[in-house]
Amino acid sequence: MKIHEYQAKGLFKTYKIPIPDGTVAFNPEEARQSAEKLGRFPVVIKAQIHAGGRGKGGGVKLAGSIEDVSNIAGDIIGMNLVTHQTGPEGRIVRKVLVEQGLNIAKELYLSIIPDRATAKVVIMVSEAGGMDIEAVAAETPEKIIKVYIDPLVGIQPYHCRQAAFGLKLPSAAMKPFVSMLAKLYRLFMEYDCSLVEINPLVITAEQTVIALDAKIDFDDNALYRHKDILEYRDMDEEDPLEVEASKFNLNYIKLDGNVGNMVNGAGLAMATMDIIKLAGADPANFLDVGGGASAEMVENGFRIMLSDENVKGILINIFGGILRCDVLAKGVVSAAEKTGISVPVVVRMEGTNVEEGRKILADSGLNLITAADMKDAAQKVAQFVADK
Amino acid sequence: MSIFVDKNTRLLVQGITGKEGQFHARQCIDYGTNVVAGVTPGKGGQKMDDVPVFNTVKEAVEQTGANCSMIFVPPAFAADAIMEATDAGVDLIIAITEGIPVMDMMKVKNYMEGSASRLIGPNCPGIITPGQCKIGIMPGPIHKPGGPIGVVSRSGTLTYEVVHQLTLQGIGQTTCIGIGGDPVNGTNFIDCLDAFEKDPETTGIVMVGEIGGTAEEEASEFITQHVTKPVVGFIAGLTAPPGRRMGHAGAIISGSSGTAQGKVAAMKEGGIHVCENLGTLGELCAEVF
Repeated sequence: MKIHEYQAKGLFKTYKIPIPDGTVAFNPEEARQSAEKLGRFPVVIKAQIHAGGRGKGGGVKLAGSIEDVSNIAGDIIGMNLVTHQTGPEGRIVRKVLVEQGLNIAKELYLSIIPDRATAKVVIMVSEAGGMDIEAVAAETPEKIIKVYIDPLVGIQPYHCRQAAFGLKLPSAAMKPFVSMLAKLYRLFMEYDCSLVEINPLVITAEQTVIALDAKIDFDDNALYRHKDILEYRDMDEEDPLEVEASKFNLNYIKLDGNVGNMVNGAGLAMATMDIIKLAGADPANFLDVGGGASAEMVENGFRIMLSDENVKGILINIFGGILRCDVLAKGVVSAAEKTGISVPVVVRMEGTNVEEGRKILADSGLNLITAADMKDAAQKVAQFVADK
Repeated sequence: MSIFVDKNTRLLVQGITGKEGQFHARQCIDYGTNVVAGVTPGKGGQKMDDVPVFNTVKEAVEQTGANCSMIFVPPAFAADAIMEATDAGVDLIIAITEGIPVMDMMKVKNYMEGSASRLIGPNCPGIITPGQCKIGIMPGPIHKPGGPIGVVSRSGTLTYEVVHQLTLQGIGQTTCIGIGGDPVNGTNFIDCLDAFEKDPETTGIVMVGEIGGTAEEEASEFITQHVTKPVVGFIAGLTAPPGRRMGHAGAIISGSSGTAQGKVAAMKEGGIHVCENLGTLGELCAEVF
C-alpha cells in the first residue's frame, strides 16, 4: 500500500526523524495559512499524489511571498499532473504540502528495502542524492553503498557507521545521521514496510540532517497488524474499478486493452494476458479470482470486467483445482443472466468437474463460445475483437 | 526415482482440522499419500478420520515418525508453524499458506539457516511425485506417473496447465514442484534443478517462471554451468505493466529489474528452449524431450 509524502512525514515525526516544518493544504486559503504559520520565505509547495517525478512534471514550486503561495497552490491544486510514473493520463492533484524552504549544502539518497535474494534488510545510501536512483545504479553502481542487516539481529552501530562513512559526511553531521538511520530502521521493521525512501536526504548549511522527501510503501500482507495505516488509504489515488474489485477480494488491475479476461491463479492470469497479446489483441485487465473463488466472486468479477467500457470481448480461462469448474460455470451463468452479455464471451475450462461445468454452460441457453485449449481461446477472442 | 518425496514419505498436516487443511488432507490420502499425523494446538487426542491429531509438531514427530509437514495455517500464524516444524527436526516443510508478511518470511529464512530442514513455499501448490505421493492442493488426475520429466514452477494453476499439456502429449513426470509466488521463499529454482540433474530417472526439466526478482536469471546461469539435461522454459508476464504487483507478492517489475524480456533473454543465453506461446508448450516439449 502506498501513502502520501505528508503522511509518511507524519510517521517520521512520531519517530523523531527530522523533517522540514510544514502542513498539508487542500485549497489555496489553507496553503496561505500554512505559509503564514511558517513565517519565513521561501516556502515550497509540493503536489501530493502517489507517484514520483513530481518536480519535473511541474508539481513542486518555490514561493517567495504570501501572494505567490496562494497563486501557486491555486495552480497546482486541481491540475492534472503527468510524470513518468503516472502514465500519459496523469493524476489530478487534490492537496499540496506547504513546507519551509531549507538552506541545502548537500543532497543524499537513502532507502531501506527487504532484499528478496538474501532475506536481509538492505540499507542503500548514495552521495548522488536528488537524482533518479535507477539511473545512478545503472551508470555508476559504485556510488551506491549497500548495508545488509539480519532481521533477527537488527541494526547495529557498525551498520550505521558503514553508511555514514560511505557518504563521506562532515563530522558534525555524523551523529545526527546515525541517530536518524537507527530510527528509520525501527520504523521500517515496526510497520512492515516494503520501501522507505528519502530522496533527497539533505545536509543543511547548518550541518543538520533533514528528510526533504519521504516515501513509504507497506507490505499488503501485513496490514492486518497495522490498522492505523489503513486510515491513510486514499481512494482518489486508486482506479474505481480496482477499489470495487477489492471489496470482493478480487485481484483486479485495469489495463488499456479491449479483451477482458478472468482467470484463476496469478501466474496463469499473466500467461493468459500474454497469449491474448500474441493472438493480436490487447488485455483490458488482470483478474485473478483466486484458488477458492465462490460463484458470487465469479459473478462480481464478470460484472466489473463488463463495466470497463473498452472491453469488446471476454476470455474466461479456468484450470479447475480448488475452484471447481461447475462452481465457475454457475457464477458465469448467474452473472450473465443478471447483467446481460453485451460482448462475445469465450470460455475455456479444464480440470476438476470440467464435464459438469461444460454442461451447465451448454444448458444455460446463453451465447457462450467454448474453446478447446488456451491457444484456441485466445485466437477466438482476438478474432471477435478484430471483427468489431 | 523422484526428488524430495516418494511413497516412503510420512506426512503430517499442520492445521489439519481447519476447513482447507481437512479438505486437502483427505485429497492427499485419497491419492495414496501416507498421512500419519495432524497438528492443531488444543485438539490433541482427537482424530481427523483415521489420522491422530497432536497439540505440537514435536509430539507428532516423536509418536508417528513423520518426516514431512504440509502447512495450512492462516497467514498470521504460519511463520510460527514453519519454525515449530523446523525446531521439531522435520526434514521437508511445505507451506501452502498464501499471504504471509514478507518480514515474517525473512525471519523464518534466517532462522532456518543451518538447520537440516528444507522449506518449499510458502504460497505454493506443493509437490507431487505422480503415482506415489501428493502433498499439496494440485489436482492429482492431470499428472502422468513414471517420468521422465521434472517440473518446477513459481505458480499454481499455471503449473497445472503445463503438466496437463505434458500429459496430453503422453509425457509423464517424475516430480512436479511449485516453489511459490512470494518474494522470500524456501527452496528455489537452483535447488530443484540440481536435484533433477542428479535424479537418474529425470531426463528433462520444465521450468516455469514469472516476472519479478532475479531467480530465473540465476537459474539460467546455473543451467549453463551444471545442468546437462534439456530444459524447456516459460516466463509469464510479458504484458505486465511495471510497478504493479500482479497477484503474487513476488511478481512485480521494479525499475528495469524483473522484466519478462530480461528473463527470456537470460534463459536463451543459458541454452534453455524457451516457449514463447503457452498454447504450444506441450508440442515444444514433445519436440525437445
